[in-house]
Amino acid sequence: MAEVSLHKLNKKFDTTHVVKDVDLQIRDKEFMVFVGPSGCGKTTTLRMIAGLEAITTGEIRIGNTVVNEVPPMDRDIAMVFQNYALYPHMSVASNMAFGLKMRKFEKSEIEKRIKNAASILGIEELLHRKPRQLSGGQRQRVALGRAIVRDPAVFLFDEPLSNLDAKLRVQMRVELKKLHERLAVTSVYVTHDQVEAMTLGDRVVVMKDGVVQQVGEPLELYNTPANRFVAGFIGSPAMNFADVTLAENGGRPVAEAPGLRIVLPDALAARARAKVGRKATLGIRPEDIHLAGAADSVDHCFEANVEVVEQLGSEILLDTRVGAATVVASVDPMVKVRSHDKLKLALNPARLHLFDAESEAAI
Amino acid sequence: MIEGALWRRWILNYLPLILFVIVLLFPFYWMIITTFRPDGELYRPWNAANNMPFWTNKPTLEHIIYLFEETNFARWMFNTMFIAGVSTLISLFCGVLAGYALARLNFPWAGSLGTLIFITYLVPQTLLFIPLAEIIRDFRLGDTPWSLILTYPTFLIPFCTWLMMGYFKAIPKELEECARIDGASRWKAMLYIIIPVAVPGILSSGIIAFTLSWNEFIYALVFLSSPDQKTVAVGVTSELIRGDVFFWGALMAGALLGSIPVAIVYSFFVEHYVSGLTGSVKG
Repeated sequence: MAEVSLHKLNKKFDTTHVVKDVDLQIRDKEFMVFVGPSGCGKTTTLRMIAGLEAITTGEIRIGNTVVNEVPPMDRDIAMVFQNYALYPHMSVASNMAFGLKMRKFEKSEIEKRIKNAASILGIEELLHRKPRQLSGGQRQRVALGRAIVRDPAVFLFDEPLSNLDAKLRVQMRVELKKLHERLAVTSVYVTHDQVEAMTLGDRVVVMKDGVVQQVGEPLELYNTPANRFVAGFIGSPAMNFADVTLAENGGRPVAEAPGLRIVLPDALAARARAKVGRKATLGIRPEDIHLAGAADSVDHCFEANVEVVEQLGSEILLDTRVGAATVVASVDPMVKVRSHDKLKLALNPARLHLFDAESEAAI
Repeated sequence: MIEGALWRRWILNYLPLILFVIVLLFPFYWMIITTFRPDGELYRPWNAANNMPFWTNKPTLEHIIYLFEETNFARWMFNTMFIAGVSTLISLFCGVLAGYALARLNFPWAGSLGTLIFITYLVPQTLLFIPLAEIIRDFRLGDTPWSLILTYPTFLIPFCTWLMMGYFKAIPKELEECARIDGASRWKAMLYIIIPVAVPGILSSGIIAFTLSWNEFIYALVFLSSPDQKTVAVGVTSELIRGDVFFWGALMAGALLGSIPVAIVYSFFVEHYVSGLTGSVKG
């Protein structure tokens, strides 16, 4: 059981600066997910926590100990790798026993722990097989088992599900979540998949270009993204963005673009007032757009040309063109729409986001 | 695989293969048939009425018996085996460690050092034996097995190092990282994880190193002089070619018996050998 804290963490490879001033407190028993596009520094950060990568400047603490100079074996961590990294010449049981043998555990204790982990993961039947005789999902379980038997202070996961097919990935995701609830060990999980981040994380760190963009609970990131990058990265399908100019009309700030004129709701208006006359980016999620009805104020409606209709069963995604912008709307599956239709769409004003055009920070 | 009509497969696939196999195997066939052919048939003129170059009706063991009774052949076999075995072990030990270091320890100049080691392998032995002869003489190792056991690694170690370096590079880094998180020191991770995984690579470099030393000729010819110190390759050619007289039957018998151990070693490890050369490590 341990907290992990990163303080002004930096990593440079020769001239490239891949992790920049990362400050982070990971609480005891928390499931912390690092998410971001590839090359954003999330894996490097994880590897620094593991001790596989030297720290350029800054400090990492696990529990109360500064571990900058502590070798990986003494950090009391276990790591699950993307390619599983099972020892190919050892049976499943020996794979799981290796870490305990290295730490000179007694034989009976090793056996007990392997049995326990195997029953948690449902791999009792596989203990005598070699890794090459296992399917991808089974290998993943063995890799998890190898981490569990160690009973470490911190679990580190480096994209553990990305080698699995889509169906298995969803299944393992659920199992990982259950496992964390059961074991309650501080976990750090790296992924590029925002769905994994949202579903697994107690909190999520969004990174880009080595810089932490936002840290927060999944819904916090979804509802109040700190900047345009987080807004676009979290949520699927991605948030719609439109370049707008902020203007004032009858004392109320409005966002204007060709074919679009949205009166900002009060909360946003108060903050936008200072920026009237400037350029900004308006953001709205597809699920916050619907077909305009009688209840919708004209202030929040716009005309759209339907270009593509994507039937997903539970919803319909409309790819539409509004002026120069492309807007995706997620509408009720019972609606009858065809491509090239002209529609009136309405958005939920409470769910509007506004970002500064230059800094891209939320207004 | 070539698809299509039968004649196409024959012309493009089987025929070239058959030709290739014949070209490769004919020398061995010639070696075997000559070994068992009596002298009377061997030295019969080619245009004699009863000349049968590709077959014999009176197989004999006389050449093999001659080899063991009139020459030191058994002794040569033992010498060769001893020299090839020990020099292979030395080279493997050094090659595995050096290959690991070059592949995995990020020290400055690792890349250029690897290239340099390979370049030493390219220096022809026909040049190298001259300075080496001087060294062997200075250390008074001439005419002992050690003159070869210590000089063969000069070309075997670079070779093993290079092969093992490639093999170690193909082993996923994560295996070792995982072992180190699991509590193994670098040394233990190498011993318990990396080397066992690299066994196919180690076997194939061992086989090639063994074959290279088994077949080596020029150092053996230069550094060994007394008949009971010689290796098979040198012994057979120096003792069975006297002036311009070739003892063809015994020569071929020596060549045949001399190639059997290598053939056994190959067939024994052939599966490992292939997977070692193709560098496949399955996780």
